[in-house]
Amino acid sequence: MNAPPNPDETAPGERQGFWKRFSKTLESGRQSYVADLKEVFGRPALDAAFWDDLEATLIAADAGVPTSERVVADLRRQAAGAHLRSPADALRYLKADLAREMQGRPRALNLEGAPAVVLVLGVNGSGKTTTIGKLAYLLRREGSRPLLAAGDTFRAAAIDQLRLWGERAGVEVVAHQSGSDPGAVAFDAVQAARARGASPVIIDTAGRLHTRSDLMEELRKVRRVLERLDPKSPQEVLAVLDAHVGQNSAQQVKVFQEAIGLTGLALTKMDGSARAGVVLSIEAELSVPVKLVGIGEGLDDLNRFDPGQYLDALLRMEEAG
Amino acid sequence: MFESLTERLDQALKKLTGRGKLSEADVDAGLREVRLALLEADVNYKVVKDFVASIRVRAVGAEVMDSLNPGQQLVKIVDEEMVRLLGDRVPMTYAPSPPTVIVLAGLQGSGKTTTAGKLALYTRREGHRPLLVSTDVRRPAAMEQLEALAKSINAPAFAPRGIDPVGIARDSLAEARRVNADVVIVDTAGRLQVDEELLVELKRITDAVPSQHRLLVLDAMTGQQAVNVTSAFQQTISLSGAILTKMEGDARGGAALSLRAVTQCPIQFVGVGEKLTDLEIFYPDRMASRILGMGDVLTLIEKAQDQVDVSQAKEMEKKLRAGRLTLTDFMEQLKQVKKMGPLEGIIGMLPGAGKIKNLAGALPNDDQLKQMEAIILSMTPAERERPEVINGSRRRRIARGAGTDIAAVNRLLKGFEQMQQMMKQMGKGKRIKGLPMDPAQLLKG
Repeated sequence: MNAPPNPDETAPGERQGFWKRFSKTLESGRQSYVADLKEVFGRPALDAAFWDDLEATLIAADAGVPTSERVVADLRRQAAGAHLRSPADALRYLKADLAREMQGRPRALNLEGAPAVVLVLGVNGSGKTTTIGKLAYLLRREGSRPLLAAGDTFRAAAIDQLRLWGERAGVEVVAHQSGSDPGAVAFDAVQAARARGASPVIIDTAGRLHTRSDLMEELRKVRRVLERLDPKSPQEVLAVLDAHVGQNSAQQVKVFQEAIGLTGLALTKMDGSARAGVVLSIEAELSVPVKLVGIGEGLDDLNRFDPGQYLDALLRMEEAG
Repeated sequence: MFESLTERLDQALKKLTGRGKLSEADVDAGLREVRLALLEADVNYKVVKDFVASIRVRAVGAEVMDSLNPGQQLVKIVDEEMVRLLGDRVPMTYAPSPPTVIVLAGLQGSGKTTTAGKLALYTRREGHRPLLVSTDVRRPAAMEQLEALAKSINAPAFAPRGIDPVGIARDSLAEARRVNADVVIVDTAGRLQVDEELLVELKRITDAVPSQHRLLVLDAMTGQQAVNVTSAFQQTISLSGAILTKMEGDARGGAALSLRAVTQCPIQFVGVGEKLTDLEIFYPDRMASRILGMGDVLTLIEKAQDQVDVSQAKEMEKKLRAGRLTLTDFMEQLKQVKKMGPLEGIIGMLPGAGKIKNLAGALPNDDQLKQMEAIILSMTPAERERPEVINGSRRRRIARGAGTDIAAVNRLLKGFEQMQQMMKQMGKGKRIKGLPMDPAQLLKG
């Protein structure tokens, strides 16, 4: 049906470069952070000052106080048992420790269904529409035939924005008028996807602060509409989180989880200054795994979340200097 | 989710009931809690370090006032210091020779375009004629969004396609003359801090157009890197002020303190909702309470002052002291409580709100208040003056009239009686302030 707007953009070489670019963009904005890490881990002794500074470094990465304290306490215990001698040993241990913790979590997108439905929600400005555009592009590249639903009928020009992303990604968009019922948009989109054999349907929703209970009800309604069409749907309910947001991210996930039920997270704007400590704290405390990560504004700047590479990028120091 | 700072400090300093001066040990015990509270509020950890150090200097050896315990004394110092750091309220100023140019900058998703619309409305309410300008040629549909916002408030928009952002900014001055606007609000592309190219573009825009205000639009939920973000913008365009957005959420907003620490420039407005009227002047004292997790006590007090009729309150106090409170008076109280809005909202503003919310079952909700009002309204005036005449058959009648059961009427009467007893005792001894009484007491009775 639609040809990709620019086939060159899909060059596989670029895709493999994602994590390299990820850690590169991460570094440029977090020089002071990397410098801190380097200084902290480069010290000769595992003394009290080291543990304090390590904790501060994690806090500075938005890991949050409870998680930072827990990580450091675990590491200290292990250090005692394993006779770690230096901060460099401790770093290796920390990485392995966190990797073990993160790798056990389910991160694959469930796209089984005819059509499968991916409901995307998040607070205003978190990057929902952009993420949907990129996700459509990612999935199309992998051979599926996504369809977008313009469920954000509230924000001025949100429908236009999704249409433009649809064009860029080369996928169709089902939209109603601005101000119309998001449930009806979702319904029509699923019907259209059935008729055309498209899947998954990716549904945009209006950005809402999690404190707005009336808007949460609207989301529940969309969910009910979808469940009536197919009890297994929506297969994925993804909350989009802005990596620049601090401890409030945990609160957002908690509220969305309780109100709608989440299957995963998409972390956006993991570029420049944003640090990823938020992931540690949310996954550990709320058990909702990050499934996707976006790093920039390009069509191919979204990828599946990989904890190993993520930790490498987060705790790597060699290239910082 | 978190206990309030005051509670935690009270906990930490529980043993120190003595008066006199705050010792080093007291202060250090307390400052550990302050540090934690600030970090939970997303204040940058380096800013926290400096802030805590400056508090320490001020607090060690400080007199503990008679009316306070050491924990409260320390909170008072922290609060004062934070209010000072957050700066003063700064009114919007306009250029002596128009147009006044306001450039908005910020990260993607911080809410720049919506804020541009809010500012336009704000300046118009101050008697000005704003022009909304979009230089965001990057984000899909950004220009359409600005045009739609402008249309919704009947303001002119300038978002020409096919020109570069610097050109648009330059041309906007001529457009302002053409449409007779005296305020030009320039929305810029959302950018990532590390995006040199876009920072350069921002610099070129501010170089091309002389601006009175270069405002950073910052999401109140921003985490630790608020410091880096802010300093990048500060270094690029020398900010004149800032606007904190999404304050209607439940983020504690520590980014405000980080921002101030880096730029020293004033926070002028806060965005408190999705509607274009949802732009408010920044109050440092309220922000400080919020960051410290002390609840928005000041807003509550102000709200109470707004809503409570002072002379009525005085009259009530007199009656209370004499123990002559009637159910009619009680209903007046209920009305005043209701005027202040939903109880949960009011409770949310109180310090230690978390704790109180756990007691939610014990507090009357709006429905219960309505029911209490209905019961009292179903009584005759004589019954309201002298509840003791209400016998079994009257109770039945009242219950029917109020659409409830006799048990509810009994609960109200019993509670009222108990409260009256209490009031009489208090009236003899302690002075009672003319504030609304606690309806919770009634229901629990």
